[in-house]
Amino acid sequence: MKLRVTVMPKNGVLDPQGKAIQQALGGLGFAGVEDVRAGKVIILDVAETDAAAAKAAGEEMARKLLANTVIESFTVEAI
Amino acid sequence: MKAAIIVFPGTNRERDMAIALERVTGRKPAMLWHRDTALPQGLDLVVLPGGFSYGDYLRCGAMAAQSPLMAEVKAFAARGGHVLGVCNGFQMLCEAGLLPGALLKNASLRFLAMDCTMRVERADTVYTRGYQQGQEFKATMAHGDGNYFCDAETLARLEGERLVSLRYSGANRNGSINAIAGILSPNLRVMGMMPHPENCVDPLVGGEDGLPMFQGLAESFLTAA
Repeated sequence: MKLRVTVMPKNGVLDPQGKAIQQALGGLGFAGVEDVRAGKVIILDVAETDAAAAKAAGEEMARKLLANTVIESFTVEAI
Repeated sequence: MKAAIIVFPGTNRERDMAIALERVTGRKPAMLWHRDTALPQGLDLVVLPGGFSYGDYLRCGAMAAQSPLMAEVKAFAARGGHVLGVCNGFQMLCEAGLLPGALLKNASLRFLAMDCTMRVERADTVYTRGYQQGQEFKATMAHGDGNYFCDAETLARLEGERLVSLRYSGANRNGSINAIAGILSPNLRVMGMMPHPENCVDPLVGGEDGLPMFQGLAESFLTAA
């Protein structure tokens, strides 16, 4: 089964990539983009077939490596 | 002083660091590959050098922090060993949990390759004893992710316990919180810093402002041995 791990900068953590994207969108004429946050999506293909167990394993992977919880938050979904 | 430098795929400052250490000690540091499984016996200092380990994939220093030898470095630090991380090495120390906080992308989004000036916030550590308290010195910055960040509680603790060793004086170009350039562990034995003192140990190339850091280390471990 596949897991989607979404890693985002925490609220309150400066996100210069998001700011740059926001400015670039403004430059292209897309008005009214009030905020942009840029993160990353990591798709894992795991052997586990039980969704709850796979999700728990994905969360452990996120805590240990995929996200730095000092600056990032994450969500794990079975897809 | 018996020092070891750990080399990761993508590390590129290990030779500058080796030259700086050899200059003050007269002996070559051990160069260890990240897949090694043990540190040499009787080490005084482990150095995590600068570079772009693992191509900065995932996050700067994240992969290196999980490499086999880092487990030994953590154990070495837990036994009271001295560990210095410079640039990518600082990022690894944070990712490995040996120092608090994290290094974000520079606030300007630009890679910074230029000199900076730092102020010595405490001169009573093995890393900084070659300088005077409050002394300013020059070193070279070469990083895209040097913007030190930690939560308010951690920042209060770092400042309250005087664990900020180096602070940018003048321009704080990467946007670090409280202009922090280097921090220490509570036992003052682990230090991470973004600028490169090893780039400033030769009067012909970049000056000698970084030399007191290495001289201080050599003196510390001369008396220890």
